[in-house]
Amino acid sequence: MAGLDDDFILVDGVEKVFDVRKKTGFLRRERREVRAVDGISFSVARGEMVGYIGPNGAGKSTTIKMLTGILTPSGGRLRVAGIEPARERTRLARRIGVVFGQRTTLWWDLPLIDSYRLMHRMYRIPDARFRANLDRCVELLDLGGLLDVPVRQLSLGQRMRGDIAAALLHDPEVLYLDEPTIGLDVVSKAKVRGFLRDLNAESGTTVLLTTHDLQDIEQLCRRVMVIDHGRLMYDGALAGLHEVGESERTLVVDLARELPEVSVAGARVVRVEGPRQWLAFPASASAAPLVTELAASYPVVDLSVREPDIEAVIAQMYADRSAALG
Amino acid sequence: MAAYRLIVGAWVRSTMAYRTSFALTLCANFAVTAFDFVAILLMFSHVDALGGFTLGEIAFLYGTTGTAFGLAELFFGPVQRLGSRVRDGTLDTLLVRPAPVLAQVAADRFALRRLGRITQGLLVLGYGLTVMEVDWDPVKVLLVPMMLLCGAAVFGSILVAGGAFQFFAQDASEVSNSFTYGGNTLLQYPPTVFAKELVRGVTFVLPLAFVNWLPALYVLDRENPIGLPSWLAFLPPFVAAACCALAGLAWRAGLRSYRSTGS
Amino acid sequence: MRLYAAVAAGGFRRYATYRAATAAGVFTNTVFGLIVAYTYLALWDERPALGGYDQAQAVTYVWLGQAMLAACSLLGGGFEDELVERIRSGDIAVDLYRPADLQLWWLAGDLGRAVFHLIGRGVVPMVCGALLFELALPTAPGVWLAFLCSVLLAFVVSFAIRYLVALSAFWLLDGAGVTQIASLAGMFFSGMLLPLNVFPGALGEVARALPWSALLQVPADVLLGKHTGFGLLGAYAFQAAWAVVLLGLGRLLQLAATRRVVVQGG
Repeated sequence: MAGLDDDFILVDGVEKVFDVRKKTGFLRRERREVRAVDGISFSVARGEMVGYIGPNGAGKSTTIKMLTGILTPSGGRLRVAGIEPARERTRLARRIGVVFGQRTTLWWDLPLIDSYRLMHRMYRIPDARFRANLDRCVELLDLGGLLDVPVRQLSLGQRMRGDIAAALLHDPEVLYLDEPTIGLDVVSKAKVRGFLRDLNAESGTTVLLTTHDLQDIEQLCRRVMVIDHGRLMYDGALAGLHEVGESERTLVVDLARELPEVSVAGARVVRVEGPRQWLAFPASASAAPLVTELAASYPVVDLSVREPDIEAVIAQMYADRSAALG
Repeated sequence: MAAYRLIVGAWVRSTMAYRTSFALTLCANFAVTAFDFVAILLMFSHVDALGGFTLGEIAFLYGTTGTAFGLAELFFGPVQRLGSRVRDGTLDTLLVRPAPVLAQVAADRFALRRLGRITQGLLVLGYGLTVMEVDWDPVKVLLVPMMLLCGAAVFGSILVAGGAFQFFAQDASEVSNSFTYGGNTLLQYPPTVFAKELVRGVTFVLPLAFVNWLPALYVLDRENPIGLPSWLAFLPPFVAAACCALAGLAWRAGLRSYRSTGS
Repeated sequence: MRLYAAVAAGGFRRYATYRAATAAGVFTNTVFGLIVAYTYLALWDERPALGGYDQAQAVTYVWLGQAMLAACSLLGGGFEDELVERIRSGDIAVDLYRPADLQLWWLAGDLGRAVFHLIGRGVVPMVCGALLFELALPTAPGVWLAFLCSVLLAFVVSFAIRYLVALSAFWLLDGAGVTQIASLAGMFFSGMLLPLNVFPGALGEVARALPWSALLQVPADVLLGKHTGFGLLGAYAFQAAWAVVLLGLGRLLQLAATRRVVVQGG
């Protein structure tokens, strides 16, 4: 089992094909094959925290559902903590925690504490550990006043924190988070992110999170995977996305007075507004020679470099891919 | 089983937190389900027998099917809502827990108010047993609890199979209602009232006749209207076991289909 | 007037989109029609001419009941839940300040729904009934026309009752009790369980005088040719009188509710 820690989550050529029936006429239906996940491979080491992003319908949720054992893959090999999810769903369930941002795993009409008591028995958590874990979650996620409130009366942010606590009471080795910050206000988002960061650092829980909010990724994950049309398009460090995306950085130049567009090698002017001009240059290039050249030829008052917007980078990736698919 | 008991316990506790509200819904449930018997009483204000059966005998039929169905509904009623769980995606949340999905679905929102139907079924059964004239012997006495238990199993199987069908057709809950509630209404009346094809259908195709008709005909010493032998009265345990097995298979097939199609 | 016609058309279209629910409802109505029809046959076998019906008329009554069950909301259901929800959430304040009349607005929508349910959930069970049993359906078009007029009045009375039930939510925190009692009363006194002219003695006389008898019993008797000439006018007058009284009560309740909303500021 030497490799288990490195391949704690192992996804090898996994596919998921759906048969979609579309109504085309009064009684006629057309059958169409949709490859929601089209041969994805990756592995996640124990204790890693990985972001999994992609547009709607890219196959993110389908992947998570296969990793939790909800869906059976159509092909490929899948292991989580050495267990085949679809075959041993209930055995795996004791070792993983799942949070669905859009729907709660809590019992809707029961007080929060009742859901936790049910988890306690259902997951057969030893009493002492249950109490310790619950106390910690209540403290860190600020659930003290909410335990006796029925889940349906909780706000979205409160419910999400309640859901995260519920997923952690049995000390799962892997935590899947599907859109954990969707619809939350700024304060709740910050609270949730802080908690997840500490959890990963202290307990060494492996975390895989899908999200639309790139700030989640920027603040939590060193590694990011991008999926589109069921295929993995990028797997690596967050910073590396810039190079892959052929993105550009921006140099903002404040001149002493209004001037025509400046001209320097390796950069082009993208915007002019009074004495201020914006210059775009490749993200991989250094800004130093540009600054030197500018300062030598023009009356420069101030300079600043802006990093590319990661959202724009990813949008660019999707656009390139769509263009390639024609 | 353990998971089922746990979830049921949580719901019972939460119901009991609002005792007045619970008492009211229990009474309402009792009244709604008792209306069927009121209709029968109204009929008997004009006649002494219906299809050759006295009021006491019909009360016996009514009480056995009502109690059996009430038990099945109490334990498996929520399975009828499976379609909406598939549609809104909450079924997924059950699949990530370490417990059988059927137990979790069946125990969800366990409704103690359904005791209302069971109570009125038992009351009518008690009334029937006291007024009808039967030469009781030990076998006939034993047949009564057997009818309730096996009947509950047959109705429960139909509820589970109906739920399993909703894995494929999410809006079909009302169709399975026709078989359960409709079946319960059918069995309140004696088989002599209905067309022979219908009686054959619920004997050989959807084995509702084994819930109470066949054992009741034996208890009451009556001929089978479609000429079947009286020893069929002793088959309900086997029929119930077969129904449970089929319902279990249907459920597994439905769940497997859901896990491969995600819808 | 045009506005209310549009609202009614909207109500019709809205329910027309629930195709699967309609099909399932038709199936249920047919199964229950089948079961109940046999029990009536057994009853009329013992007592021919009970309640002035022969066997064919009794069975026709059964299928008519199934066909009108959804259209007349005999067991409740329709717009009430939505209206109660708007009252609870306070959205009703917005409705009260609209230039349209609240009662007419909801009446129009509910009539649209009822017409759809009469066609969508009434025709098929009726046809099944006619194929499986010998029914006493009239051949004269005039009787059908008289029946449809009576059904229209039944829709209005049905609406008026449920409007009162829904408005009770202004005063009662938990409206579930009222809704439940109303649906129990509707089930019992509409003649859904058994024709009201079979109800014995004083119970029968009271039941036939109550507004619920305008929902199923009166239209059924019109279709079965029990009301002709002045009798038909009498039947219409009975339905219309209840419609006027209940709509008037609804109007009074609505006024009181409006004052309450204004005083409380919504």
